[in-house]
Amino acid sequence: MNIYQDIILDHYHHPHNKGKINNPNKVIQVKNPLCGDVIVMMVLFDKNKVKEIKFISEGCVISQASTSMLTDYVKNKSKQELKKLDSKFIIKMLGIDLGMNRIKCAVLPLEALHKLLV
Amino acid sequence: MLNVKNIKKQFPIFQNQPDLIYLDSTATSLKPKVVIDKIKEYYEKYSANVFRGIYPMSEKATVEFEETRDVVSKFINANKSEEVIFTRNTTESLNLLAYSLGRKIIEPGDEIVTTIMEHHSNFVPWQVLAGETGAIFKVVNINDEGYLEKNWNGIITRKTKILALTYVSNVLGTINPIKEIIFEAKKINPEIIVIVDAAQAIPHLKVDAQDLGVDFIAFSSHKMLGPTGVGVLWGKEKLLKEIYPFMYGGDMIDEVYIDRSTYKDLPHKFEAGTPAIGEIIAFKEAINFLDKVGMENIRDHEKKITNFAINQLIDTFGQSIKIYGSKNIEDRGGIISFSFGKFHPHDIAQILADEGVCVRAGHHCAMPLHTCLNVPATVRASFYIYNDESDVNKLVEGLKKVEKILR
Repeated sequence: MNIYQDIILDHYHHPHNKGKINNPNKVIQVKNPLCGDVIVMMVLFDKNKVKEIKFISEGCVISQASTSMLTDYVKNKSKQELKKLDSKFIIKMLGIDLGMNRIKCAVLPLEALHKLLV
Repeated sequence: MLNVKNIKKQFPIFQNQPDLIYLDSTATSLKPKVVIDKIKEYYEKYSANVFRGIYPMSEKATVEFEETRDVVSKFINANKSEEVIFTRNTTESLNLLAYSLGRKIIEPGDEIVTTIMEHHSNFVPWQVLAGETGAIFKVVNINDEGYLEKNWNGIITRKTKILALTYVSNVLGTINPIKEIIFEAKKINPEIIVIVDAAQAIPHLKVDAQDLGVDFIAFSSHKMLGPTGVGVLWGKEKLLKEIYPFMYGGDMIDEVYIDRSTYKDLPHKFEAGTPAIGEIIAFKEAINFLDKVGMENIRDHEKKITNFAINQLIDTFGQSIKIYGSKNIEDRGGIISFSFGKFHPHDIAQILADEGVCVRAGHHCAMPLHTCLNVPATVRASFYIYNDESDVNKLVEGLKKVEKILR
C-alpha cells in the first residue's frame, strides 16, 4: 500500500495546530539528525489535561502528518492517558504500512509529546 | 566500452530481481557470481582456519588467502604484498591509523588536518585523537563548486603531522587531485603523513599507491564487487613497522612471557584474531573481475552515464533540481547528490523505492559537509558497471511521480 494516502497528504499540506502558544507551560525540541527533521512542540495544560498544543517543524510528509494528527488527538486528554501512547498507537493513527526506516519519522512527535508530559 | 547487458548477466541478483534499478553502489556494490561462488567454494571445500593447520585443507585455505593479498597488492601497485593489511572495512582501517599511528606520533600542539567533505570515518577519529592528545584539529573547506580550497600554504605547516583526506567525496562525487595535494603538502612539510580514504575511488578509478606518493590508503571490498566484512589498509612498510599494533591476540603474537610480549612482522602484526577467511579469499575474484572489465573502461562508462544523468535531470526539472558538486565530469565520479523542489529526501527516496528505484536519502555519514551545504539531507544516486541510461530514465520518471504525488 502506498503510504502517501490522501488523508496523510492533506495533513502535510494543511497541518493542524501549526504555530505558537503565547504562554505555554512547556516547550520542547526533538530532532532526527539523520534526515534533519526538527519539531518544536509546546503545550498549555488545564490542570491535568492538555488545553492547547502547537508545533513548529521541518520534515518529511510522514513526520509532518503524524505531528498534525497527534496534536489533534491529544487535546482535552489527561497526562496519564497520553503517557500510555506508544508507537503502535501512531501506526494505527496514521493507518498506513510504514517500513522500519520510516517509523522513526512517524514517532518523532510522540517523543516530543512524552517529553512535554514529564 | 562496457557491455552492460552482458555484465548484468554475471550478477545473480538481476535474475532474482529482474526489475531492480540499483543506484546505491556508493553504499555497497552488487556482487558477481564468481565472488559468490568463491565464498561457497571455501565453505564447502576447504573451510579451515589459516596459518595454523599442518593438514592440506588448512594449507589450501592459507594459499588462497595469501593469494588475495598478492592480487590486492598488484591492483594498487604496492611495493610489497606485506604492506597490504586486511581489516573489516575502510572505517576500521582509518580507526587503526588514528590509534596505532596517532598515538605514536601526535603530541600536544601538533596539527591534524582533514577536510569538510570527509565521511565521518575519516573525520571523527581525527577529531577525537586531537581532543585526547591536545593536538590542533584543522578542517579544509570547499568552494561553491565542491572543490577543496587550494590555499595549502595557509593550512599545512611544519607542525602538521597528519593530513587525512578522501580521494572521491561520497556525496559530491568530487575527485580530489590527490597527487597534486600530496606534492604540495610534502613540499611544505616533508615529514607530513598523508592518509587517503579511497573507499569511493578504488572501485572506479585506477589507483597507484606508489605513484600518488601517499603514505596510507584505506578502502573496502564490498564497494568494489567483493564481499562485506573485508577492508584494506595499505601503508609504506617503514611506517607500518614503526607504529603500534592495533589489536592484540591470536595470530599477531610472536612470543608471550609473563612480563612482556613480542609481535609478528608485517602483515600479521595488524591481523589479530581469525579474519573473514572466506570473504578475503573471494575478494580476489572481485578484483580479477574489475581487471577483466578494465578500470579505464569503468571510468569511461561512469563518466558517460553521470554526464547523461546530470543533463537529463537538469533538462527535465530545470530550477527544481539542485545538483551538488562540480558539473565538470572530468573531476567527478559516478555520484549525484541532489535536492528536489521543496520535497524531503526521505519522501523522494520512498516514492522512488515504490517505483523500484533504489537511492539513498540522508546525510550519507557526512554531516559536516551537509551543514556546510546548508541542507540537513540530500538524495543520492550513484552508478556502477551494471547501470545504464535506462536506469537514469527510470530515475527521471520516478522523480516526475514525486512531483505528481506530493505536488
